[in-house]
Amino acid sequence: MASVASAPTTGPRSHPAGSAIVAARRKAPSWILLGISCAVALVLAAPLVFLLLEARGAGAGTVASLIWRPLTKTLLWNTVRLTVVVTLLCAIIGTVAAWFVECTDLPFRRVWAVLVVIPFAIPDFVVSFGWSSLSTWVQGFRGAVLVMTLAVYPLVYLPVAASFRSADPGQEEAARSLGLGRIQTFVRVTLRQAQGAILGGCLLVTLVILAEYGAFEILGYQTFTTEIFTELQVSFSVATACALSLVLVVLGIFVLGGDLLVRGTGRVVRTGAFAQRANRRHALGHARLPVLLAFVALVGLALGVPIGSSIYWMFQGGAASISGVSILSAGWHTAIYSGSTAALATLMALPVALLAVRHDSRAARLLERSTYLVLAMPGLVIALALSYFAERYAGGFGYQTASLLVVAYSILFFPLALVGVRTSVAYAPVGLEEAAQSLGARRLAVFRRVTLPLVGPGLAAAFCLVFLAGLTELTATLVLVPTGVQTLSTQFWAYQQNYSYGQAAPFALVIIAVAAVPSYVIARYFDRLPAHARRST
Amino acid sequence: MSRRWRAAVLVVAALGLGVTLAGCGASGSANSITLYSGQHVQTTQSLVAAFKKATGIQVNVRSDGENTLADQIVTEGSNSPADVIFAENSPSLEFLEGRGMLGPVTPSTLAQVPSQYNSPKGDWVGVSTRVSVIIYNPSRIAASQLPTTVLQLADPRYTGKIAIAAAETDFQPIITSVAHTYGRAAAVAWLKGIASNAGSRAYPNNETVANEVNRGSVAFGVIDQYYWYRMQAEIGKSKMHSQLAYFAPHDPGYVIDVSGAAVLKSSGHAANAKRFLAFLVSRQGQQIIAHSTSFEYPIAPGVTTAQPETPFSQLQPNPISIAELGDGSNAIELLKQAGLL
Repeated sequence: MASVASAPTTGPRSHPAGSAIVAARRKAPSWILLGISCAVALVLAAPLVFLLLEARGAGAGTVASLIWRPLTKTLLWNTVRLTVVVTLLCAIIGTVAAWFVECTDLPFRRVWAVLVVIPFAIPDFVVSFGWSSLSTWVQGFRGAVLVMTLAVYPLVYLPVAASFRSADPGQEEAARSLGLGRIQTFVRVTLRQAQGAILGGCLLVTLVILAEYGAFEILGYQTFTTEIFTELQVSFSVATACALSLVLVVLGIFVLGGDLLVRGTGRVVRTGAFAQRANRRHALGHARLPVLLAFVALVGLALGVPIGSSIYWMFQGGAASISGVSILSAGWHTAIYSGSTAALATLMALPVALLAVRHDSRAARLLERSTYLVLAMPGLVIALALSYFAERYAGGFGYQTASLLVVAYSILFFPLALVGVRTSVAYAPVGLEEAAQSLGARRLAVFRRVTLPLVGPGLAAAFCLVFLAGLTELTATLVLVPTGVQTLSTQFWAYQQNYSYGQAAPFALVIIAVAAVPSYVIARYFDRLPAHARRST
Repeated sequence: MSRRWRAAVLVVAALGLGVTLAGCGASGSANSITLYSGQHVQTTQSLVAAFKKATGIQVNVRSDGENTLADQIVTEGSNSPADVIFAENSPSLEFLEGRGMLGPVTPSTLAQVPSQYNSPKGDWVGVSTRVSVIIYNPSRIAASQLPTTVLQLADPRYTGKIAIAAAETDFQPIITSVAHTYGRAAAVAWLKGIASNAGSRAYPNNETVANEVNRGSVAFGVIDQYYWYRMQAEIGKSKMHSQLAYFAPHDPGYVIDVSGAAVLKSSGHAANAKRFLAFLVSRQGQQIIAHSTSFEYPIAPGVTTAQPETPFSQLQPNPISIAELGDGSNAIELLKQAGLL
């Protein structure tokens, strides 16, 4: 996941000029590919353009008075302090947990490797519901820190674990042989090797916190995103809500820019290129039991509490409160929306990934980079922008339809799809295609019979990643869901808002149960990927 | 391999078809109307179901905050898919009336409801009412310590004890009422006092206020009465740790909130939409409200709530009129000045 914002490492000049075919292909990507990629980039940029249009519609005076009102200071302070604290905590928990799982002889490590990741699949608003329904202590700032840390630390864990797995053990050995102590080796070598992954994870955590709505609404913690919803609820004005969204987008761009600056400095070198060698695991010794207990505690807090609490409320509500029909109907709509989104987003990501990996050039890189801008736009902002545009400027075309929801989802989750697709495209050596072509196969046949089978598993992973994201999405869905339709998350939300915990809990449990399937597929895929493919993305 | 490729295409095509079908399913047919509802989902559902049984007309419901929906209708303009708006409070209806978005209500429908609870211009009809009250937790504050007038909410002795859902549309009529009685400047000062008493915890809605007071995380709050009864129905009497109290008779904080409905001028199904409005205030519709677990007061004369709550006739609210409550924009402006929004 860290590779979302990582830059391609090889430039066009680094390739040997030996193969004429390679050189020709690198210089001139097909016009079709370039055209499609540009179209995709335009679609992705559309919400931002709409947003600017709408904010202008609100008028400069309104926007200024909205941004300079007394509440903004509180919102900014709330947003920034939470982001900093949670990102730090996630960085520590994610990195430490990954190190114990990947680099030590922790008992049952394969089990932990799965359990530690699963909280990723539980929506933040369910974690929040699970905790806050149990205790009044979990609210406001402290509640938000607790809930968000437990809900999103896997975003750091996943890339860091992958990086530890593929790290070169030779460097640690060299450091030790040169006289560095254990701790110094850990800080100066091991952590340095994982630095890119840690930063990538932290970036995602930060962006998630900026975009979060449901969890904070439950905890009574005000941030920019909750305030945009409030603005929408009370002020009779989508335009002002859009204007406020701009603040959020600017914050997101700051974070992305900061990440690029920091990332530019590090460089990781292997002692023997591509010579994969198993890491020697550190023996835990007497620390075994305390570490084991810490893992039990982490999984208990992150996984046990939300699930346990949901089961508790379901039985409190009694069987009468469970409506099988509405769960089926909501589940059906959720599956259709998420499935269509996964298909569309994966299709959209394919040309961009091909262009970026196969035809590495300044233009291709710029195009790929521009799609990262989506990361700075929370789901709510994208939803508002599209919905408002459809009703205001497109004569109501697509307004309140499933298609618009799927388009919004696809834009929102495009970066996720790109991660999976890009990895798999990088994993498919271009040489095989060239061989097929030299044997007389046509372009389309090559794509169908060589490229697709090679990138297939990666496409499946991308599909699952996006499907999972759609399954747990709440914010954009609340704005865009067609009239008369409920998804699993909006129905959960409606009941939760009414304090009908007994009726809300089954929906939370269904989401968790369904989410387990794609999470497993993703975990398997990223776990099996050869190290060199992972590194080159 | 090519078979797998074909399978993938089929899956994508099937999903696309699914979306198209799902999209079509939601759009209206001739014998259906679209309702934008700011009312509680459960209340709306039972009314809509009974209406369909009586008339065969299908009602597609879009639930959201009433002000969100009102703004959506304005933005949608003549393209609006909505036929009827059903709001929890009069200000959002007054807002739409002021923008010329509502069509006139049939006189026979208006006649079912006491005229002070209808639109003064006749563009929307009252459907049910609620009343603002104090909810308190006796383990956190004694009944004798509670404020008797809404002005005392700003009293420093309540620092850290108050829960207010400032963004909740039920709270705005109280602000308008205070500003109407004491003037805008006094109202802003009063709201600032509340803001400093309320602390940093934000309460997004009255359900949250009721729940948090009941759990004892805060001493008392201001809500509409029905949230307390709904909470009791939901969690059971044994878990109720809170009580209701009323402001002094005719206090500016003692306000009747009127929920109402209107047919949009742009409606393409105006005849059916008008039948729905007539149904809401009919004896059958009012009886559904009287017996429902939404605990709102039915509005038509002769129908009284079947629920064990203070009868409507015994309430002694501030006699502020619908016109004086207005479209709520003043209240929002005051909330912003006080930093509560």
